[in-house]
Amino acid sequence: MSVPRAGRPRALNEPRWVRGLLIGTALAFLGFFLFVPLVLVFYEAFKDGVATYLAAIREPVALAAVRLTLLVAFIAVPVNFLFGLAAAWAIAKFRFRGKNVLITLIDLPFSVSPVISGMMFVLLFGAHGFFGPWLQSHDLKIIFAVPGIVLATMFVTSPMVARELIPLMQAQGSDEEEAALTLGASGWQTFFRVSLPKIRWGLLYGVVLCNARAMGEFGAVSVVSGHVRGLTNTMPLHVEILYNEYQFSAAFAVASLLALLALVTLAIKSAIEWRTGR
Amino acid sequence: MSRHLRGGSPLPGFGLALGFTLLYLGLMVMIPLSTVFLKTATMTWSQFWAAVAGPRALAAYRLSLGASFIAASINVLFGLLVAWVLERYSFPGRRLIDAFVDLPFALPTAVAGIALATVYAKNGWMGRWLDPLGIQVAYTPLGVVVALTFIGLPFVVRTVQPVLADLDPEVEEAAASLGAGRWQTFRRVILPELVPAAVTGFVLAFARALGEYGSVIFIAGNMPMRSEITPLLIMIKLEQYDYAGATAIAMVFLIASFSLLFLINFLAWRRNKRLRAAEGS
Amino acid sequence: MMKTPFLLRLFVLTLGLASAAGPAMAQVKLLNVSYDPTRELYQDVNGAFAKYWKGKTGQDVAVQQSHGGSGKQARSVIDGLEADVVTLALAYDVDAVANSGLTPKNWQTRLPNNSSPYTSTIVFLVRKGNPKKIKDWDDLVKPGVAVISPNPKTSGGARWNYLAAWGWAQKKYGSEAKARDFVSRLYKNVPILDTGARGATVTFVERGIGDVLIAWENEALLAVREMGEKGAFQVVAPSSSILAEPPVAVVDKVANKHKTAAVAKAYLEYLYTPEGQEIAARHFYRPRNDAVAARYAKQFPQVTLFTIDQVFGGWTRAQKTHFDDGGVFDQIYGAGR
Repeated sequence: MSVPRAGRPRALNEPRWVRGLLIGTALAFLGFFLFVPLVLVFYEAFKDGVATYLAAIREPVALAAVRLTLLVAFIAVPVNFLFGLAAAWAIAKFRFRGKNVLITLIDLPFSVSPVISGMMFVLLFGAHGFFGPWLQSHDLKIIFAVPGIVLATMFVTSPMVARELIPLMQAQGSDEEEAALTLGASGWQTFFRVSLPKIRWGLLYGVVLCNARAMGEFGAVSVVSGHVRGLTNTMPLHVEILYNEYQFSAAFAVASLLALLALVTLAIKSAIEWRTGR
Repeated sequence: MSRHLRGGSPLPGFGLALGFTLLYLGLMVMIPLSTVFLKTATMTWSQFWAAVAGPRALAAYRLSLGASFIAASINVLFGLLVAWVLERYSFPGRRLIDAFVDLPFALPTAVAGIALATVYAKNGWMGRWLDPLGIQVAYTPLGVVVALTFIGLPFVVRTVQPVLADLDPEVEEAAASLGAGRWQTFRRVILPELVPAAVTGFVLAFARALGEYGSVIFIAGNMPMRSEITPLLIMIKLEQYDYAGATAIAMVFLIASFSLLFLINFLAWRRNKRLRAAEGS
Repeated sequence: MMKTPFLLRLFVLTLGLASAAGPAMAQVKLLNVSYDPTRELYQDVNGAFAKYWKGKTGQDVAVQQSHGGSGKQARSVIDGLEADVVTLALAYDVDAVANSGLTPKNWQTRLPNNSSPYTSTIVFLVRKGNPKKIKDWDDLVKPGVAVISPNPKTSGGARWNYLAAWGWAQKKYGSEAKARDFVSRLYKNVPILDTGARGATVTFVERGIGDVLIAWENEALLAVREMGEKGAFQVVAPSSSILAEPPVAVVDKVANKHKTAAVAKAYLEYLYTPEGQEIAARHFYRPRNDAVAARYAKQFPQVTLFTIDQVFGGWTRAQKTHFDDGGVFDQIYGAGR
């Protein structure tokens, strides 16, 4: 079943049985942890038939959740795209003091517990938060409304693009940009004609992952959403609600949409990798 | 910005890029984070100490740290294996499985949690086989480990893979020609090369696992002192209107994550510097 | 910029979907912030009330729903979730809303029956044929009986469960110390503390864990109907239990701001009308209205009920003694400070 990768001398390969064992163990591990749960989502979604499935995702409340999720991603992803680009440019192309601290700060939202992320925005904008009284006197709603959900999502997904770009741009160096500048190109011309094409796949890759995370965020959004049906429920929250209403097939149906999104994300990602010849 | 600050690079846009970065970080990250510290500052020392060092909080830290550590260790072990298999062997479906490794990044955590709880419950697809063996996964600390392993799975694979791909085959050949067995070559030659990447992957998986909430609450059982993770404890404090208590625990956790991240960024920076020095000489 | 046409199309598509019109605008909107097990109840109530209100005033009213753990929902309202009315699991949570100044502290006297239009109690749900022979509270502490009940720290329903067990034990054994001992033995038999009442039901019914679920009577009856295919579950009523009074209240500050105070009040009063009571009874809540209660008497088991005021001196005291940090519940789990 397994053949060594081409071009490797015999001495550098393991005996056949070792290869088989290693591949088998790796696949079993991935199977138990990744594949079985994924299959289960689709199995449960279609258990009661296609009609139930379609009914579940065509329900107005479900559609409202889909719309909200798309809206949130539509705002959060482009903003983080710009942020990631700016941060990577500053960090990869220039040398300055405190760069390590800056990189760590960029990474930080990634490891802040989603619950804490949501809580911070309640502390800021909640009725008893730091800006709460001011917001109330101006009748502005952030928490328990769409802006709060967008903010929490932006916080959680802010490192995604930057993380992808920083190592890439660091590895590429800036020789080509310097050459373009010497040849008389303006700063923006250099950026658009030289730098962007070099990183476009990495950028797209970051955007795709950022989007997946933005659409799937649960913990942080759960704290700031208020769970109003048809208004402030995103898809992951809607899954939880259906699950709590004993509508398991419907819950898994909406979950399967999110899982499908994950699979599409992975497909785009692989296409990018294939294209860039990794 | 003055010239010497930007390290002599002739490229434009430093001010704009760094300015925007700092502005965004300030608004989106620093101000929200500062609320945690400001709210905690409203407590007295004894209140703070009682909140962050009470037996229930300590038990939650223990579980969060312990389960994250075990999950990250499992991920190092199997991550190395998966990276090795994907990089070194070819077999049908290899590309597909390679893409598949990133699933935990893309799958919403709540979906993962519900799916894992269903699979590993006593009457689930996996639990049904494990239960007669006396192994209970769902609703035990073991379930927490399973969920955290799922969440952190891609990190080690993705940090180790590129290093493995870049390994110079000549070194291995040399080891083989000197009479080293395959296992010896792996342990003495290949593994040391992989250790830094594996450590980075470990810390990333560990940091991610510490904060995880969505996937864990569905499978954990949530027993105080036994299977209650720290983020859940924070959530419980919130629901009791105990904001200061929640932020105090959150602060302890934030400092821990920041230190961990700073550590890996520092390690990566030091390694790069050493590599550059080696290349320069 | 460098976006590929595909990505561009995707974004345009997203924008189109996102900006597509939401649900049709109704003339009046109410937000009812409620707790977990009332989802089905209020879905029916909202439809019926909309018809009633339209007939009475000619005005369209759309009631929006938010559900979650009772404490979490109260916190959301305090933090600014603009609920016109709250319908929560226990008075303590509405008190918390009142303490933040959103509604007067005398809210409980503004509607009949302590502002709870329907009541419930705490019963047991067991598996088919009752294999562990669960009859009353003392059967729950027997060795080898696994009891499912949610975490009283996060679930309002779980607090009722806890207090029901305590109240029974105090009456039976005659002292607080013995009641405490009984409750701590009871929780030794609880293998999983879910965060909410709904989660606990799912654990018991779907996951097949535990021998008995302590639950709201309405949840237990609903579970028997919704999920007990071929009678897989049955309800067992203990000899005595607590009278659970889930309260409702208008959140004055929000309702005044939205100019919905009148319709919000009418909405809650509608719950006391024969039609409202009928809907509540259909969803297995015990109605206050005698005529409706008589009609549905058969579906509710006979249980001697005691109130929280009789045994615990009200919610504020019960909360402080039992559920606050370092309280009796924490001490049971060895987590007291």
